[in-house]
Amino acid sequence: MAYEFLSRRSFLAATAGLAGPALVSSPLGLVLPAAAATAIAPTQTMRGGANNYRPNAPMVERLGSGFFVRGKVVRAGAGTPLKGLRIQIWAATVLGGEPDPVNHGSVLTRDDGSFELEMAQIVPNFGQPHAHLAYDDGSFETVFLRPVMPSARDTSVSADFVLAPS
Amino acid sequence: MGSIDRRWIWAVLAWSGAALVMIVPAAITAFSPYLAYRTLPYIVGGFAGVISLSLLFIQPLLPAGYLAGSEGSAGRRWHRWVGVALVVAVVLHVGGLYLTSPPDTIDALLLISPTPFSIYGVTAMWGVVATAALVVFRRRLGLRFSIWRLIHNGLAAIVVVATVIHALQIEGAMEPITKWMLCMATLAAMSVALLDLRVVRPIHAWRNRGSTRGAKREPSESAIR
Repeated sequence: MAYEFLSRRSFLAATAGLAGPALVSSPLGLVLPAAAATAIAPTQTMRGGANNYRPNAPMVERLGSGFFVRGKVVRAGAGTPLKGLRIQIWAATVLGGEPDPVNHGSVLTRDDGSFELEMAQIVPNFGQPHAHLAYDDGSFETVFLRPVMPSARDTSVSADFVLAPS
Repeated sequence: MGSIDRRWIWAVLAWSGAALVMIVPAAITAFSPYLAYRTLPYIVGGFAGVISLSLLFIQPLLPAGYLAGSEGSAGRRWHRWVGVALVVAVVLHVGGLYLTSPPDTIDALLLISPTPFSIYGVTAMWGVVATAALVVFRRRLGLRFSIWRLIHNGLAAIVVVATVIHALQIEGAMEPITKWMLCMATLAAMSVALLDLRVVRPIHAWRNRGSTRGAKREPSESAIR
């Protein structure tokens, strides 16, 4: 079962890999100023990213142990790290379902824009092992992410935010 | 060794084979560690999905009369009851998932879910709804039986294929190997029954028409059902 998802994901990864150079080598790339070509576009909210969101998840040290949700938050355009931003995280874990408050928590980004939350092992929910992450504090455009783990046995998942000022 | 004995052995083998195909995947699912982390509506909804798949496996075998005791009208009567059970199972499946996570279920029903398998599940659901309507309003629709049957078989094929794709793409409580086996058995059961009932038996009946001259009218009539 897992290999089906793997193949789908590796296909997506392969497509992204092909699309990257293709965009750079497109005629458009030649006429754009260098600065604009290297500018980082804001992350788009993912489909279903906001499902079972409970606004203002409490700040936590950890939500269990053994599994890590990681990522980095940078500013759109320049790509400078954004520190001290609140990222809200939730997922279905061995402690309970996705709506369950025990699986909801917030962390702040560090100086380098990175964040990490240790929580209980994420388990497949509604057919896919996945996490939910949100930036929803107003200074930047709200973004909801829903990264899917390549394998349900993974012990970490990561998702990065590129935020645009609102 | 009389032919009666042989028929008995065949009947027992066929029934136990069908029972194993239907029961083993569900039984192994019952031991999934994921169940411990789920709420009751999620567990009920999930099992209703597994049972739907098992019912789809046996459903075409009944009107085809492959299993002892399901020949002729008995098989069609069983087919109707399994159809009713299938509708109930689909209602429990969607209802259970809705209670577990309303936003995920609504996304799926509106075809905007991020999961690729949802669209196949919703297709199968509407296929079951359409089939139920086709059965309930059979008289009122006033369709010729051959046309009605064609639509019924077409819907059945859509439901089975969509359900199998839906199930195979899901990473959940079902154990992958038994899930694949049940899915392949379900596709095979539908294909064999459709081919037999709609192609092989009609050709046979048409060929034998001249030689029997109505002497065997009853068997040939039931053969093309």
